[in-house]
Amino acid sequence: MKGFNQLNKAFESRVRLGVMSILMVKDWVNYNELKETLGLTDGNLASHIASLEKLEYVEVQKQFVGKKPMTSYRATKIGKLEFTKHIDALEALLKR
Amino acid sequence: MTENKKHLDDLTHIRSLMERSSRFLSLSGLSGVFAGIYALIGAAVVYFDFKAGSISYAKYVRSMSEAEQPTAKIYFLVGIAIMVLAASLISGFIFTSRKAKKQNLKIWDNSAKLMMSNLAVPLITGGILGIIFIQNGLFGFVAPITLLFYGLGLFSASKYSFVELRYLGLCEILLGLIGCLYIGYGLLLWTIGFGLLHIFYGAWMYYKYERKA
Repeated sequence: MKGFNQLNKAFESRVRLGVMSILMVKDWVNYNELKETLGLTDGNLASHIASLEKLEYVEVQKQFVGKKPMTSYRATKIGKLEFTKHIDALEALLKR
Repeated sequence: MTENKKHLDDLTHIRSLMERSSRFLSLSGLSGVFAGIYALIGAAVVYFDFKAGSISYAKYVRSMSEAEQPTAKIYFLVGIAIMVLAASLISGFIFTSRKAKKQNLKIWDNSAKLMMSNLAVPLITGGILGIIFIQNGLFGFVAPITLLFYGLGLFSASKYSFVELRYLGLCEILLGLIGCLYIGYGLLLWTIGFGLLHIFYGAWMYYKYERKA
């Protein structure tokens, strides 16, 4: 049973899992890019990101490109660490 | 069992997303088309320069002996090649940053760095080897080995960019090897490899990925 406790509830959702996967390999990804890569609709993604933000797994940067506001995201150190732990736990569970 | 399946699916999902987002996809097909055009212009200049002289490129490179020091002609040829390379890099940068801007992406992200380093190491190695060959009177090998090393660079860079770059790389490697086997066809193969293949590949990528965007 070892490893089971390390599965992180925050990554139970496919969307949050997806967001973190992308942010693990890329810094400052903007909202639209996330949406497109994950193939999602607007409201859905925003709430999931908000919950990751609350956990301080991602940080947010808002800026203007011309007149359009653009929001970008980056995984924090804690976020990356927790996600790595989650992947390790998944692998451990499969090996069992 | 279903638990296990979910975990496995999760891991597959993570892996595919990581791979997709770690590729540098802002590279514009137009930069390939323009690089090809510059190469054709450069090759034409060289071709007509030889035509104006009394000796063909093939005869010229075959007639060189090891003891020979680089001549003005060789500096001229190398100069043309460097100009083609510089013009290609500049227009490649312009088209690629334009495409990145359109997609709201940064041009110099992690995947771009990975791609460039994978391309640069074989390319610089080939460049240095080319200089060594020139100094040893083996000028005939210079055109084929630039093709060869460029192909190797593209092949390894394709891991971090469009998969299709791999085929372009393999074609360049093939042309380079043919060139090493038949010294004297360097100019012709260079024209095909850097000129025609780039235009063909660039146009293909442009129509496949960019035209509708």
